[in-house]
Amino acid sequence: WGREQGRGSQGRQMERNSELFTLTYGALVTQLCKDYENDEEVNKQLDKMGYNIGVRLIEDFLARSSIGRCQDFRETADVIAKVAFKMYLGVTPSVTNWSPAGDEFSLILENNPLVDFVELPDNHNTLVYSNLLCGVLRGALEMVQMAVDVKFVQDTLRGDNVTEIRMKFIKRIEENLPAGDE
Amino acid sequence: MADEVLFEFLHMEIVSHIYKEQQSGKAELDNKDRAVCVSVLEGMGFRVGQGIIERLTRDTPSFKDELDIMKFICKDFWTKVFRRQIDNLRTNHQGTYVLQDNKFTLLTQLSNGKQYLDQAPRYLAFSCGVVRGALSNLGMESVVTAEVSIMPSCKFQVVIQKL
Repeated sequence: WGREQGRGSQGRQMERNSELFTLTYGALVTQLCKDYENDEEVNKQLDKMGYNIGVRLIEDFLARSSIGRCQDFRETADVIAKVAFKMYLGVTPSVTNWSPAGDEFSLILENNPLVDFVELPDNHNTLVYSNLLCGVLRGALEMVQMAVDVKFVQDTLRGDNVTEIRMKFIKRIEENLPAGDE
Repeated sequence: MADEVLFEFLHMEIVSHIYKEQQSGKAELDNKDRAVCVSVLEGMGFRVGQGIIERLTRDTPSFKDELDIMKFICKDFWTKVFRRQIDNLRTNHQGTYVLQDNKFTLLTQLSNGKQYLDQAPRYLAFSCGVVRGALSNLGMESVVTAEVSIMPSCKFQVVIQKL
């Protein structure tokens, strides 16, 4: 992976420990690219691993935030953006592009904290570098009885202006389904 | 911010993934399989350690000697990465150092005592790599191993390789 020595406008002399997370994440993606033959497979693994993290992370989140049950998907979106993202990644995406039915929205990130100092090499055109996040969101919401579909539709790593995650509500899940590792 | 929690979850999942993949299809892992897993985790940690030390020492003046570097590892580096300082540093002044962390952050979730002791190595491999990577970037090649007898206390042994 190429690393830019960033002295960019954001002044990266921050002492955040999230470096440990982002560097570890980068090492993981590198390893997966070595282990699997194609980007699609890597994307799948990242999603699976994210799911396994999400089903456990939700408990940590609920304990830390003392947030009660969300009334609707709009409230869920706000909690994800303003509380969860802020708590774990230190960024607050904006919530926009609601579908008319209110079952789909976008999270827009100016800065994706997973991609500090990361450049995609040329031969990984279909790699969704941050795909772990999709799995995390999906797994976490499943534990609060929501089946959702999550995907990246824009990515600054690919040259888009922003990073956009699209979340779609599929259905309510009946309680008491066992949480499986995938 | 609870980003250290995110790292802990990620680390656990990475360990789980590596061992699952190595096992795939087999009834159980043999020693060779375990060695492969440890090696992969250690290698990942190595890259991370290099990255962290690069940023951490950007504005630091250069170190006086080997012991000075080890003290930095025990204080500033350990605090940055593992959120506490090393409790005890011992050396034979011939290139071997033992760093004792009585409450190693990646073991506190696992157990207090002897439960899951046999699992501990898989949760230490990455961290050994992180230390080795940090030292490597500071010009010291080493072999780093870890030993646990009572969790969450842990001893990292660093043997500096003389060229």
